Amino acid sequence: MITATKPATVPLRFSLPIGGVAGTSFKPEHLPAILGTGPQAGFFEVHAENYMGAGGAPHRALEAIRRDHALSLHGVCMSIGGPQPLDKTHLARFRGLVARYQPALISEHLAWSTHETSFFNDLLPLPYTEATLASVCDHIDEVQEAIRRPLLLENPSTYVTFRQSTMSETDFIRAITARTGCGLLLDINNVFVSATNHGYSALDYLADFPLAHVGEIHLAGHAEQTDDDGNLLLIDSHDGPVADAVWKLFEIIIARRGPVPTLIEWDSKIPEWPILRAEAAAAQAILDRCQTAEETEDRRAA
Amino acid sequence: MRPEADPGFAAAFAPPLLDPARDAPTAVTGRNGKPAGRRYDVYRNNVTVSLIDALAAIYPAVQRITGTDFFRAMARFHVRNSPPTSPLLFDYGRDFPDFVANYTHAQDMPWLADVARIERAWLDAYHAADALRLSSALLSAIAPELLDDLVFTPHPATRIVRSHYAAVTIFAANRDSAPVARIDASTPEDALITRAEFDVEVRHLPPGGAVFATSLMSGEPLGAAAMAAFDASADFDIAANIAGLIEAGAFISFAFGDPA
Repeated sequence: MITATKPATVPLRFSLPIGGVAGTSFKPEHLPAILGTGPQAGFFEVHAENYMGAGGAPHRALEAIRRDHALSLHGVCMSIGGPQPLDKTHLARFRGLVARYQPALISEHLAWSTHETSFFNDLLPLPYTEATLASVCDHIDEVQEAIRRPLLLENPSTYVTFRQSTMSETDFIRAITARTGCGLLLDINNVFVSATNHGYSALDYLADFPLAHVGEIHLAGHAEQTDDDGNLLLIDSHDGPVADAVWKLFEIIIARRGPVPTLIEWDSKIPEWPILRAEAAAAQAILDRCQTAEETEDRRAA
Repeated sequence: MRPEADPGFAAAFAPPLLDPARDAPTAVTGRNGKPAGRRYDVYRNNVTVSLIDALAAIYPAVQRITGTDFFRAMARFHVRNSPPTSPLLFDYGRDFPDFVANYTHAQDMPWLADVARIERAWLDAYHAADALRLSSALLSAIAPELLDDLVFTPHPATRIVRSHYAAVTIFAANRDSAPVARIDASTPEDALITRAEFDVEVRHLPPGGAVFATSLMSGEPLGAAAMAAFDASADFDIAANIAGLIEAGAFISFAFGDPA
């Protein structure tokens, strides 16, 4: 009997952590091109929910990718930021994927997507209060207990703020890492989008972000709209190349934090594989520059 | 003291997401405490458009038949009335075919709901558990006098969709972008959906075939299933039907049931 939760069929061939490598979202339409060019240097990230079916072509594709590459499992629908208890069935499916594919990186969002029985298929915002902090930490404890691994929690992109919030997003995130021991997925595009939308400085936000806990970085493209007052409103659309301003912030963060696994996230209007790979190569060049600089410093110190 | 979990923010934020008649929640604001307005609309738009897109991905032939504008208007009604109850979007839209059947503006396409049922079954087959198909060589080794008592285990992907219309032909003609020739929609057709390995296949079942396959899938012995199929259609051909089902990968094993 074959089920979605069968034990790992793919040997773990990558030492953890995977270090300062660049990866891309894995899109099934790229599979022939990826396999045709041979193993890539970086890693691939998938949305966990797309591989929660029992069998068939999606698992065959993911096994083919996993055979030669490190994998990042990125959950989108756990609703960690919501006030209601986690969906135990969904958590069990997530744990099953971790066991089966042994990802190098595992992440979820500081957001919610389910209320009562309705699933809204979006990353919805939450107020930052002592009460929401407690429930988010409970949920992260529960996930980490289930997967027996630290989770990387991703900072959100937001378009509104809650009147009832009593702390800043960075204070909220810092408190989560302190209480749960989880790591962080720093989405620099989300920082840029939120900073623009709410009128604060992305650099100030990043200066206050607990960088030591960052285990992965996301870079992505965004779209532009305006709000009711004509202010620029950025939409976290993942449908184009990474913006110049986001590349600049990435360079600053890598220089400060040192190299970390970095993902080019591209989820709609998906380009041909060489274009996505070139974006990852651009990220890798920045990571490599920093690695070279660190080695030079090490030699001087020796 | 531990603060109480506050369910209020989600209860206030969620209802207007799928209800354009409701104002944005007052708990959230734009810059400087101004009403959220178009900023909240970004969430409404993300939710509604992404769920319509999910239905369009599950029902591409229905969308091609109706045209994109018609489909998206129809899907928007369904999304607002019946949002998903699972975070797995490939499970969404199970009640969409029934919605299509009752949709006022689709009443002149009475076969449209059955095309949707085939598309829903196609996606279920695509994601179904992997299993090794039954080899026809195993069956040919069985003594003829024992065949009537055989019971079969269906492959997890196997589905049957029956239609009073030419739903299989209409489905097949609209799953790709090739031009569609004129189809006589009034011919009843039954679909067999299988996935022997990784490719989903949709076949047109011969007369009596749907009753036969459905009986076997529900655990009826071969003899009883054949009797039911003969009752349904005097043209039923048992040898061709059993060979067709096995060739399609509809079953994974058989066993000897209790003699009748």
